Formats: sequence, C-alpha cells, structure tokens
Amino acid sequence: MVLKRVIPCLDVDAGRVVKGTNFVGLRDAGDPVELAERYDAEGADELIFLDITASHEKRETIVELARRTADNVFIPFTIGGGIRSVADAQAVLDAGADKVSVNSAALARPELLSELADHFGTQCVVIAIDAKRIATTGGSSPTCAAPPGWFGESDWGVYVNGGRKLIEGRDAVGWAKEAVERGAGEVLLTSMDRDGTNHGYDIPLTRAVADAVSVPVIASGGAGELAHLSEAITAGGADAVLCASIFHYGAFRVREAKERLAADGIPVRL
Amino acid sequence: MSSRIAILDYGMGNLRSVEKALEHVGATATISDDPTEVRAADGVILPGVGAFPRAMERIRERGLDELIAERRDAGVPILGICLGLQLLFESTTELGGAAGLGLLDGGVDELAADGLKVPHIGWSPVRWERRSRLVEGIDSETPFYFVHSFAPRPGADDLLGSAAYGARFACAAERDNVFGVQFHPEKSSAAGLRLLSNFAGVCASVPA
Repeated sequence: MVLKRVIPCLDVDAGRVVKGTNFVGLRDAGDPVELAERYDAEGADELIFLDITASHEKRETIVELARRTADNVFIPFTIGGGIRSVADAQAVLDAGADKVSVNSAALARPELLSELADHFGTQCVVIAIDAKRIATTGGSSPTCAAPPGWFGESDWGVYVNGGRKLIEGRDAVGWAKEAVERGAGEVLLTSMDRDGTNHGYDIPLTRAVADAVSVPVIASGGAGELAHLSEAITAGGADAVLCASIFHYGAFRVREAKERLAADGIPVRL
Repeated sequence: MSSRIAILDYGMGNLRSVEKALEHVGATATISDDPTEVRAADGVILPGVGAFPRAMERIRERGLDELIAERRDAGVPILGICLGLQLLFESTTELGGAAGLGLLDGGVDELAADGLKVPHIGWSPVRWERRSRLVEGIDSETPFYFVHSFAPRPGADDLLGSAAYGARFACAAERDNVFGVQFHPEKSSAAGLRLLSNFAGVCASVPA
C-alpha cells in the first residue's frame, strides 16, 4: 500500500518565500527552509519548491535552496522553476533534491522529459501542467464555437506564464499522456480556474488526467477547506494533494489535514 | 557518545542527504572510499541509487568489496540503504543478473507488485518481523519512504521487516552486525532519523 500524500508548496523568489508567512514562532517567516522544517514536523509527506526568481543568478539560488533544504529537512522534496536541461537538474539533485519539476521548458522542448528520465530515472521527473477550461465538448459553450475535439481530446487547455498564455494545439489530458510517455513519473496538475479561489480542486480535470495516465497525479489549485482534499483523492482520483495558502496563512495545520483525510477513510501517514 | 560513520562513496547516488541526516542525529559522518578513513569509522553505511550490476562494478573497481567484507569480519556495524541493501545479498536478476557482496544469503528480484506500477514510490507502512536494536522505539506499521523496483529475498532468520505493495516483500534484513533497509531513512522524517540514530547507537556500542 502506498499512502496518499499531502504536499505543501512554497513559492520562492530570490531565496525567500513569496506568500504566506502567517506563522507564529518562526524566527524568520520568509525563510523557505525554516517553513519547510515546520511542515516536516507537522507531518507533511513531501515538499515542492517553485522558484520564480527572474534574475541571472537563478540557478545558484535554486541550488542553494536545495542544499539548505537537504541539510535540514528529511522528507522528499521537489524543485521546480528554471530547470531547462539535464545540467540544471543534476545541480539540484546533487544538492539533495529528490525530483525536479518542469513546465514551460518541457512544452518548448518535449525531449527534455526523456533526457531527464534517461539520466535520472522517471521517479525524478515531474511534469507540471497549468490547465484551464477552454471549451465545452458538444459546442454548448455560448462563447466558443469550436467543435468538439478542436483543442484536442479534452476541454482543458495548457497554459504558461501563470495562465496568461495558451499553448496552441495542446490540451491538458493529451499533454499529460504524452509527457508520461516521454518519461515523466508524476503529474503536478494545477487548475488555473480554481487556483486562488478556495472553491476546491477541479474534480473533472483531476479525474480526466488521473484516468488517462498510469503515474501518480498531484491535484493543485483551489483548496479552501479540508473536505476539498478528500474530494480530490476520492472523486478526483488524485494520489496527492498540493496546498499552499491554506497552510501558509495558517487556516489549517498539515496535521489537521492528515487527520481529516484519515477520518474520511483515506490511508495517510499520521 | 558520538559515533563516526563512513558513508561509502562509489560514485552512485545522493550521499549528501544520508550525511546530513546522520549529522542531524549527532553522528560524525564522512563520505569516503579511502580505506584508512573507512577503517577509522565505528560503522559503515552502504548507500546507493541506480542499477545493481553497475554499482557492483564500481565497488569492485575501488576494492570496496574486500574492504566491506573486512569491516564485517572486524565486527563493525554495516547498514545498506536501498540499492545498498540489495548489494549485501548474493545476487540480483536486474539487467541480466550480477553477483552481489554475499554478506546476506538470498537473491534480489523485481517486485511482484501484483499488477501495480513499478517502481514502488512513496510512503508505505513497514511491519517489523522481529525485535532489533535498529528499530527500537519505532512502532511496527510505521510508514517509511520507498523508491525501488527490486527487493531482496532474505532467509527467514535474517528477515527484519516487510511491507506490502501488491504482494508483501522484504524491506529490512539483519544478521549479526550486518543491517539493511530497502526504504530511505534519510527521507522518512522522524521515524527515519530514529532508525539512523539507533544505528549510530549500535556503532557506538561496539568496542574499538
């Protein structure tokens, strides 16, 4: 049996946590490593760091982040943001990261996925997909006259740049399948429609991708209450749930989330 | 008492996380393939990620197979982690097969998994099959973090722990001063740190 996972996600800019510092008792609320230690102590199963640093020193900052995390945090962690090559991945994995997450770099050059899988194994490669609904199959959308299947095999488009740019000719389910065939060992699936809404994960999207691929799917975007986490796993078929704001702003503790999942009959590590 | 533990470096896998986890529990860790340094240590950890045959090649190239056997004979505690556990056994069927270090009886096979996807990745509860200094204070069925496609088949006397993934498989073994775990204690949070702390304690208890 593999237990279902709860994964806090930390957005990091130039080595500092970007949002969510509503914690008491932290010496330095902006330090991602200190926050990561806190989440580990509370029962987080894994951590994901998304680096959004725009500067030229990007590579150095994410390697330093991986190194400091590995020095202090003893659960698996993933680094995403700015991984564009085998060399980029090698640097953060050598520093102690367990996996790398790729998004726009894989869309620009899908071979990156197989290169990473060949070098490090599929277990190190996470494909991050930002998906957003763009059509209703059957043409019932009043704002879109596209026929069914126009965007591919699903109704969700693939976006980059924080949901601002649609990748033409890609749909989320088809891209997830292709990415897994190319070597991704896990799918981090973010609903751009739900992200930041607190209205719950996009269950139809999560279910569509979970049914289409053989690898674990991490549901992301929209968690506002603990019932949403259970729903993503039971109704959505997710293997893990990613949470950011509900933990960062102190609405819930990781421990509470795990206890709620257990109470709902979902096997978790307590 | 702080124990000195040598993490054997044969050029495969991430040794840094193991080193930092040992330091976290108060041990002194050295990543090395130097016989003098390894002989000075109270305990030896054989880590590893990757393919068994390639790992054995590199171990032999560096003469570490003989060094490991020598340390075993000297009574020094040895802990294999993940691939390092598998290497302690006699042989594997991975990639056409290869001979292992043979410190433990039995072979290594691909997980049966019973239709589940291999590799087995994630947190799975581990059942202790017997008492051991290595797992003292850690409840049976405590989850540990796994990333693997193969698992050993130890003799019944050496079986320390098991986990289920489709089928039940051996994930911890022990014979005298030789220990091995299929999971990653260095990535298994408090339970993993406790196991490493226990190992450091075993190392410290052996008279030099």
